[in-house]
Amino acid sequence: MPKAKKTETVDCQSVETIQEKKRPQVLVTGAAGVLAQETINRLSQKKYGVVAIDFRRAVQIGDDIPSYKVDFLKRGFEDIFRQHKFDAVIHLGRVGTDIGGSHFRHNANVRGTQKLFDLCVKYEVGQVIVLSSFFVYGASAYNPALLDEDTPLKASDLSLNLIDTVELDNLSQIYMYKYRRVRMKILRPCNIAGPGVRNNIGRLLSRKVVPVLWGFNPVMQFLHVSDMADAIVKACGKPNTYGIFNVAPNDWAPYKEVLRRCDIIGVPMVSIPDALPMWIARMAGWEAFPSYLVNYFKYPVIVDGSRFAKAFNFSPRRSLEEIFLHYREMKTRRWV
Amino acid sequence: MSLASTVLKKAFVSKDVKEAHNRITKEVGSFGYDAWGYSKDGAEIGLGVFKKLYDHYFRVEAEGLENIPAKGRVLIIANHSGQLPLDGALIAIAVATNPHGPRAPRIMIERFFPTVPFVGNLLNMGGAVIGDPVNCIRMLRRDECVVVFPEGIRGSGKLFKKRYKLQRFGFGFMHIAMETDTPIVPVGVVGCEETMPSLANVKPLAKMLGLPYVPVTIPVPLPSKVYLRFGKPLDFSGVVKTEKQVIENVEAVKDAIRGLIDEGLSQKQGWFH
Repeated sequence: MPKAKKTETVDCQSVETIQEKKRPQVLVTGAAGVLAQETINRLSQKKYGVVAIDFRRAVQIGDDIPSYKVDFLKRGFEDIFRQHKFDAVIHLGRVGTDIGGSHFRHNANVRGTQKLFDLCVKYEVGQVIVLSSFFVYGASAYNPALLDEDTPLKASDLSLNLIDTVELDNLSQIYMYKYRRVRMKILRPCNIAGPGVRNNIGRLLSRKVVPVLWGFNPVMQFLHVSDMADAIVKACGKPNTYGIFNVAPNDWAPYKEVLRRCDIIGVPMVSIPDALPMWIARMAGWEAFPSYLVNYFKYPVIVDGSRFAKAFNFSPRRSLEEIFLHYREMKTRRWV
Repeated sequence: MSLASTVLKKAFVSKDVKEAHNRITKEVGSFGYDAWGYSKDGAEIGLGVFKKLYDHYFRVEAEGLENIPAKGRVLIIANHSGQLPLDGALIAIAVATNPHGPRAPRIMIERFFPTVPFVGNLLNMGGAVIGDPVNCIRMLRRDECVVVFPEGIRGSGKLFKKRYKLQRFGFGFMHIAMETDTPIVPVGVVGCEETMPSLANVKPLAKMLGLPYVPVTIPVPLPSKVYLRFGKPLDFSGVVKTEKQVIENVEAVKDAIRGLIDEGLSQKQGWFH
C-alpha cells in the first residue's frame, strides 16, 4: 500500500515565463497515470500551459511542463496555486479502489478533492473537470439500459468499497451547484482501457485466464484511453459549459465476447446466490476481479453518453475491436 | 460468431427464418449487440427455435398482422396467461416474421428474470428487456416495437378457473403511450391458458424461492392451438390531464382485447384445436 509522502517544497517562479502567462494555464492531477499523460500531451500540443501533479511521484513529462509530487492535504499544496494562475483544473488523480483501506481512500479521494476544490474557489479557477466513473450507478439486475446522468447513484448501496467513489461524485456536485463561478464538469466514463491503463478492467484484460460468472454475460462499454484524453481536452475547450456527463461510445460487447477477442480464457465461477461469488473473489484476493466489482461482471451497467457527445461534439475514434486488439497483441508478444 | 452459435444456426435456422430475420432493420453495434443486450445472431437462433414450436407444436394462427406498423414506435398490448411467458414468445415470432413488415419485438419481462443464470441473458439476446418504464420510453423514442403485458404476473400466474378473465391492468403503459405519442396495437391471445393449466399457487414455496409464483401444474406445456388476434391501432396521444382519463383509456384497451379474445375463442374448437 503506497503511503502519501510529505509534500515537496514548491518553487515554480523560475518556470513561469511571460509566454506562459498568455496561455491558458491548466493543472492536471494524477500525472503519473497514462490518461493524465495523454491528456497533458494533447493540452501541450494545443498550446495550453500545463502543470502536472501526482501524489505518487514527480513525473518527467517535458521540459516545459512543471511537475510536482504533492499531498493535497498538506499546506504546501496551496503554493502551487499561489505561484500559478490556473484557468482550469483537470482532476484525474485518484487512489484506486484496490489501494489501502476505506479511511485512507476517503482521506485521499474525498478530503483531498475537497481541499483541491476549496483552492479552486479561493483562487478563482474558471473551470474544473473531475473524473468520476460509471461505477457510481452501481451494478444491479434492475438497472435499465442507457443510464442517463440523472439516474440515482446506487453503488454505495451495493458495495462499501465504492463509497468514496460515490462521495467524490457527490462532493463535486455540491461544489458545482454551490460555486457556480467555478464551472464544474463531472465526467463519468465507462470502462477505460488501452495501452498502459492499469485500472481494474485494464488489468483484467491483460490476463490470460479470468473468472466468468456462470450463466451471466453482461454487455459492457469500453472507451480507448486516447479517446478519453480527447474527451477531456474537448471538455476543457468549452470553459463555460458545466454539468454531469457520461462518456461512452454508442457501441457494446458482451463480456464473454470481449474475453474471446482479447485471447482470454474464461473460467466459469458459481454465480448465485449473490453473496457467494463475492465471497469467493474476496477469499481468492483477485486483484483484477475484486469482490466489490463482481456485480459489474454479472449485470450490465450501460450508460448513455449522448449528452457529452452533443455538448462537446465528441465521438470516439477508436473502435472496440481496436481496444481488444491491443490486449490480444500484448499476449502474442508475451509468447514471442 | 462462436462455434455454439454456428452449430445452433445450422440446426434451427431455416432459409425462410433467415430471410425474415434479414428483413428486420435494427440498429446494433459493431459486435451485433444493442444497449439492452439484443443480439442479432441470438435473436435469429431464438427465432429459428421458436418458429418450429410456433408452426408445429402450437400451430399458431395469427390474424391482423397488417395492423402492426412496419416502422416507427408502437406498443403491442396483450393479455397474459399460461404460467410460462410462451405468449410473449409466440407474439414475438408473429411480429418478427410478419409478412407486412417484420420488426424486432422488444418484450417487457418480469424484473425477476435477469437474476436467473442463463435465462436473463438468453431473453435479452432475443430482444426481451426488463419491464422498467425507463427502458420502455427509451426504446419507443428509438422507434422500437415494444410488447407489454399490463397484467404482469397477475395474468401469467392466474389459476385455470380464471382463464380468459382479464386481471387488473397496470396504468404505466398508458402513461408512456400518451407521453411518447405511441399507437397501441391490442392483441387477444387465445390458447396459452390451456398450455399449462394451474390448479393452485404454492405461495410459501414461491416466497421461499424468491419466485413470483409456483403453480401446481403439468411439467411440460401442452400442445394447445394458439390464436393471436392483432387489433387496429388505437391512438391515445396527448397530455395526461387527469388520472381518470388514463383509467378510461386503459379500459378502452381492455375492451378491445376482450373483443379480440372473444373472436379467438369463437374459433377455438376444444382444448387442443
